[in-house]
Amino acid sequence: MPSAVSSATLWGLRAPSWKKLSMATVGVVAVVVPLVSSDYRTFQFTLALVYAIAILGLNILTGYNGQFSLGHGAFYAVGAYTVAIMMARWSVPYYLTLPVAGLVCLVIGFLFGLPALRLEGLYLAVATLGLAIAVPQILKYGRLERWTGGVQGIVILKPESPFGLPLSQDQWLYFFTLAVTVAVFIAVRNLLRSRSGRAIVAIRDHHVAAQAMGINTALVKSLTFAVSACCTGIAGALGATVVQFVAPDSFNIFLSISFLVGMVVGGLASISGAVYGGLFLQFVPNVAEQISKAAPWAVYGLFLIGFMYFMPGGISGALGRVWEGINRRWGSKDLHRASIATGPSTRVRDE
Amino acid sequence: MDLLIQQLVAGLATGGIYASLALSLVMIYQATGLINFAQGEMAMFSTYIAWTLVNAGMPYWPAFFLTVGCSFVGGILIERLVIRPVENAPMLSIVIVFIGLLVVFNSVAGWIWTHTIKPFPSPFPDQPLELIAGTAVPMHAVGVVVVTLAVMALLYFFFRFTPLGLAMRAAAQNPVSSRLVGIRVGRMLALGWGLAASVGAVAGMMVAPIVFLDPGMMSGILLYGFAGALLGGIGNPGGAVLGGFMVGVMENLVGTYVPFVGNELKLTVALVIIVLVVLVRPAGLFGKVSVTRV
Amino acid sequence: MTDALFEVRSLHASYGSTEVLFGLDFTLDHGGITGILGANGAGKTTTLRSLCGMVKTRGQIRFDGRRIDGMATEDIVRLGVAHVPDGRGTFTGLSVEENLRLGAYTRKYRQGVARDLAEVYDHFPPLANRRKQQAGTLSGGEQQMLALGRALMLKPRAMLLDEPSFGLAPLIVEEMFRIVGLINKEQGVSLLLVEQNASLALDLADRAYVLETGRVVLSGPAQQIKGDAKVRRSYLGY
Repeated sequence: MPSAVSSATLWGLRAPSWKKLSMATVGVVAVVVPLVSSDYRTFQFTLALVYAIAILGLNILTGYNGQFSLGHGAFYAVGAYTVAIMMARWSVPYYLTLPVAGLVCLVIGFLFGLPALRLEGLYLAVATLGLAIAVPQILKYGRLERWTGGVQGIVILKPESPFGLPLSQDQWLYFFTLAVTVAVFIAVRNLLRSRSGRAIVAIRDHHVAAQAMGINTALVKSLTFAVSACCTGIAGALGATVVQFVAPDSFNIFLSISFLVGMVVGGLASISGAVYGGLFLQFVPNVAEQISKAAPWAVYGLFLIGFMYFMPGGISGALGRVWEGINRRWGSKDLHRASIATGPSTRVRDE
Repeated sequence: MDLLIQQLVAGLATGGIYASLALSLVMIYQATGLINFAQGEMAMFSTYIAWTLVNAGMPYWPAFFLTVGCSFVGGILIERLVIRPVENAPMLSIVIVFIGLLVVFNSVAGWIWTHTIKPFPSPFPDQPLELIAGTAVPMHAVGVVVVTLAVMALLYFFFRFTPLGLAMRAAAQNPVSSRLVGIRVGRMLALGWGLAASVGAVAGMMVAPIVFLDPGMMSGILLYGFAGALLGGIGNPGGAVLGGFMVGVMENLVGTYVPFVGNELKLTVALVIIVLVVLVRPAGLFGKVSVTRV
Repeated sequence: MTDALFEVRSLHASYGSTEVLFGLDFTLDHGGITGILGANGAGKTTTLRSLCGMVKTRGQIRFDGRRIDGMATEDIVRLGVAHVPDGRGTFTGLSVEENLRLGAYTRKYRQGVARDLAEVYDHFPPLANRRKQQAGTLSGGEQQMLALGRALMLKPRAMLLDEPSFGLAPLIVEEMFRIVGLINKEQGVSLLLVEQNASLALDLADRAYVLETGRVVLSGPAQQIKGDAKVRRSYLGY
């Protein structure tokens, strides 16, 4: 029953206050977690954040811009190896490696974005899948072994907490990652809300119309690739620091597929979805593994298929619908954000 | 000269396998406009079924044909149960479902049969075959080429000269008009999937003796299959077959004669082929260039 | 009304949420020729599509006394309904002969096929000269002949023709209509003919219906409509 009053309340609080309250709660939880959990648990949460950043990167390209990438593991690998090489070979401190990794991936992403302009839909999917399959072989290549460490990879030393803070290494790494995560998420959110963000989505929804509106689609698409790669590259850099180890076989096609799973489960074209996806990727396999060693991937596969059938908007989409339902019940006008749809509904076929 | 002939024959053999996979991919693409990313894993799964039969004591050729039959049925079931419900969904959703299938097949195979590498028998005798100029090539390589060409010939005959084959071609080209002549388009799609799965099974069983059987066996080969299909023209079955053979030969020759590639970067060669083809001539060498109306 | 091969009552049709036909009633008699006329957008093509189950419909469609609304296109075709769509609908990637053979796909008894093929080539000599040629390379007139030929290979009881004269030279159209009339007389194939070219249609048909924005605004014997100049001017524009 819609309320006649223009902004109704739920238990005495208006809707915007609810948003602020839930964000504050999340913030408090995020800060408290490492202080009350074991080192190992903290480590797991750190990785979840890392995956969240990686998934966000993928989502920018595929969810918001409509360019399929089945090979984002490659950018993760570039970020990871950049950090590993700089720290192990050139003794660069970890906090300096991060921006460098980001920059490297930005450039590489842009360079990938250029040929990708000519590849539509399925062709791009095939090419990026090919990239994902080829990456481990490239990393193992004999001539690059001097830098990449070949099959054995590179081991990195774990950073100490700075300024003598009373934090364990895992706790420090967690807060460091958390800070980077927040920074990246805010930056991406601002990007997507800006004019550029609207251009990005416009290209996904109707390429030709976007061109007709005067958007330089080639430039925007390449830049989107760059930003997306940068994001996932930063995640890779953080990941390498946290895990303290890079080796070619960790960056195979299944890494790229993991990110895809995280994006689908969390929700396409959703920023908060990346967080759900990251948590999913980190914790669900552990649970599944207790059933059977092969279970995690079978679960991934079934989730991929199942979500497309039953929950194409992912977790964030489902939560969004729940929130809308609450809204309708208790009526409020201020919660109408521009909703970014989950993608074009017509299939383009080669006739 | 010896080396060249050996590499050529080896290239043709692996090319035959790539051609088979490329053909499966093209068959499904022609009928549905979709790329079956799970084609490799399906082929791998079929090969494991064959391995189980042979291990249980069944002689090779009965196991071979039984596996092909099972794969045929399996392909039909997958089309009906997994693909049909989402066939009108956005492209990204469909791609994701295919990846999901890939993952499920891969993990279930690993679960049932473990990741230990297993040898797979070859139906061809072990002695090398003497060719011209006294060079010897493995019998298996020759056998693979013969089997591949036989399968291609059978399929060609089926599609060109039988009413059912004609109906399947019609359904792939123009579903609306096909209905107007009474063709049950859904059934044709399912049949197409069944055939593609069977061809994939043959490819898997032919390659397993060379690379040994394990769940990751086909992912690289899938990439070569893509390269072959794209090189030959994704809308053109004959072209895809030729493309597959070409990729096989190219892979071997580049790997042998181009120093910095060696054996280690062969997959990268495939990737480079894919990217080059799609950039320079997306229709492939033998495909028709199509114009999309806005 | 046991004489009717097609009997349509209160046919409503829609594309998605847009309704296009608003309660049509018409019949096609056994061995008869019915014309459906009207301007562009009147709903003529939609009418034929409705009979073939290609559009979402409400209302009753009977073929030989049996309800076929809601049936799948493939099944309606198997009852003996051949639809020659606007745009010809030929399989452009297949050869002329393959197109014709496809017309015979649903026939249970294969003996007659070769003979019928010969008969089609008889009716349309240009097709005989181009048996192996790819259908997409044929001229407009030849493609129309091919589409007709394919429909004939079905050995249908009813043929639905959607604007067969469209884009064709007058001589070819004349010849085509002559053949179509012949088939109707000799083989008793009932025809439902949609045409923008009303005068041609009225010459061939025995009954006609005029559609305007999804409704029947005029119906009656073709000769009568043709003879009434006032009606012709206001509904058919000539």
